[in-house]
Amino acid sequence: MQALQKFKGKNKANKSIIPGFGLSMGITLSMLSFIVLIPLASVLLSLKDISFSEFIEVIVDRQTVSAYKVSISCAFIASSINVVFGVLLAWILTRYKFPCKRIFDGLIELPFALPTAVAGISLTTLYSDKGWIGALFNKIGVKISYTKVGITIAMIFIGIPFVVRSIQPILEKLDSQYEEAAAILGADKHIIFLKVIFPEILPAMLTGFALAFARSIGEYGSVVFIAGNIPYKTQITPLIIMSKLEQFNYPAATSIALIMIIFSFIILFGINVLSSRVNKIASGD
Amino acid sequence: MNNKQFKYKKAIAALAIFTTISGSLVGCSEKNISQAYSQADAITITNVSYDPTREFYEQYNKIFTDYWKKEKNQLVEIIQSHGGSGKQARSVIEGNEADIVTLALEGDVDEIRKAGLIDEGWVNEFDKNSSPYTSTIVFLVRKGNPKNIKDWDDLINDGVEIITPDPKSSGGARWNFLAAWAFFGEQDGATEEYQKQQIKKLYSNVSVLDSGARGATTTFVENGQGDVLLAWENEAFLSIKQNPEEFEIITPSLSILAQPSVAIVDENVKKHGTQEVSKAYLEYLYSDEAQRLAGENYYRPSNSEILNEFSNVFNLDVKLVNIDDYFGGWEAATEKFFVDGAIFDEIYKN
Repeated sequence: MQALQKFKGKNKANKSIIPGFGLSMGITLSMLSFIVLIPLASVLLSLKDISFSEFIEVIVDRQTVSAYKVSISCAFIASSINVVFGVLLAWILTRYKFPCKRIFDGLIELPFALPTAVAGISLTTLYSDKGWIGALFNKIGVKISYTKVGITIAMIFIGIPFVVRSIQPILEKLDSQYEEAAAILGADKHIIFLKVIFPEILPAMLTGFALAFARSIGEYGSVVFIAGNIPYKTQITPLIIMSKLEQFNYPAATSIALIMIIFSFIILFGINVLSSRVNKIASGD
Repeated sequence: MNNKQFKYKKAIAALAIFTTISGSLVGCSEKNISQAYSQADAITITNVSYDPTREFYEQYNKIFTDYWKKEKNQLVEIIQSHGGSGKQARSVIEGNEADIVTLALEGDVDEIRKAGLIDEGWVNEFDKNSSPYTSTIVFLVRKGNPKNIKDWDDLINDGVEIITPDPKSSGGARWNFLAAWAFFGEQDGATEEYQKQQIKKLYSNVSVLDSGARGATTTFVENGQGDVLLAWENEAFLSIKQNPEEFEIITPSLSILAQPSVAIVDENVKKHGTQEVSKAYLEYLYSDEAQRLAGENYYRPSNSEILNEFSNVFNLDVKLVNIDDYFGGWEAATEKFFVDGAIFDEIYKN
């Protein structure tokens, strides 16, 4: 009773200016259950057909483990590259005026809009040793399509909007007075970037990294065409899941999917904790 | 009333409303479907098929519609669906209301039977093990055949790059593997160990193991990878038709009789009341007209007289082994070669 009283009091104090808490909370909860929670729970449910020892056997199978390694290492490299280029892109889009800027800005979202298979097929064609870009690299002995480099490139493609769109609003809001103040106090350009701008955008960079990473390790459509799919070399985890499904082995497919979900969750959760820490430090709490 | 309680009540009410609305939406759409089926003047059936049959069924549906109109004076509308064979089978199991399935593998249709939607004994429901048309596995090579590939044993030479889809993720690619296996099994003094070794050499020459047959064709044709594509004969002919200057077909001395399977999805036709038309649809595939149409679309007609009419198209000298006689059926072949840890996985270890 006391707790309820306390809760009520707190609620009153924080009374939102937007009315309709009950209705919006109701809709949110039902949407979330129907679209996210129940499907996720059904993943767990289909594991009932597999014993614990079989489950372990499936998830630590050598071929599967090598696929985790390919997926995770390529996703990590791709997301790291994305963070660097994403900052650069966001910087250019917010700080400079140049012709066709709006078109550039719109292009960033294209990887979201394009069906992933289309993206995969065009990337593979371009980067194969007979394609425009691939032929150039082939001259210096670098093969891109059907190697891990190709997988990484497809992951960069699908991940870039997450990073740019995470960082852009922060850069837009960043008050140029801080930079001016730093300049007046004698800081040079590097120091302004490192000590003034960088701490402000770091949480957004981390968020962008996490989103791009989670998307990349789960991505099937665009990666599968460029991957080559040779077992122990260029096979990605989602492909292993697909081949289990092709054998109508639902429990095994679900077991590996569960590992992927857990991994993505750990990454997202870890980055969230990290970026809220960074946020606190940046805001001086 | 306590304000807080009131709010929770509202939340619950909203949840209830949302559920009812979404529930009734689902209900509505179900009603619409059943209405469409109960119209007396026209009848709709759904044919769930796999990728490369698209052009064939487009044409076949026209001749069947005409035939049915003449026979029964009823308009029949056929909804086509195409995709990877295994994926299509799964969609039927998971509730895609197909009346008919026309898939690449007997095994895929059998999975639908295991799910209880198709009655036992479907294989014998139609002629020739319910395979109205067949195909086989051939080699598509670049014009002039620069690597001089004539038969399966040329594929294991050093420096030959092979493109073929992954038999674990593509059901259709299992025919490729089995054809090669049968060839090496027919060599003098062949043992299973020898077959494994040769197959291992063959797959170590595979430079791209695409996840599906269409993907492998793209890799070979559009992206210029590899020296030889192991392909279904009908797919290989389509590639030649599109790029006659670039490729040629090599038929090996021995290959496998690839038998795509057709079946009525018994549970669904009972529900839709489409038994008669669905049965007629599949039976008519064996008519002379439809058999010729299959031949024109580069499937080998199962009617041997009509097959002979196409002897200038297909190489009829190739020795074809049959999955039932040679491998003891799909179930046994899958168990021996393609389940996790079986021979295909074995040849990639180390």
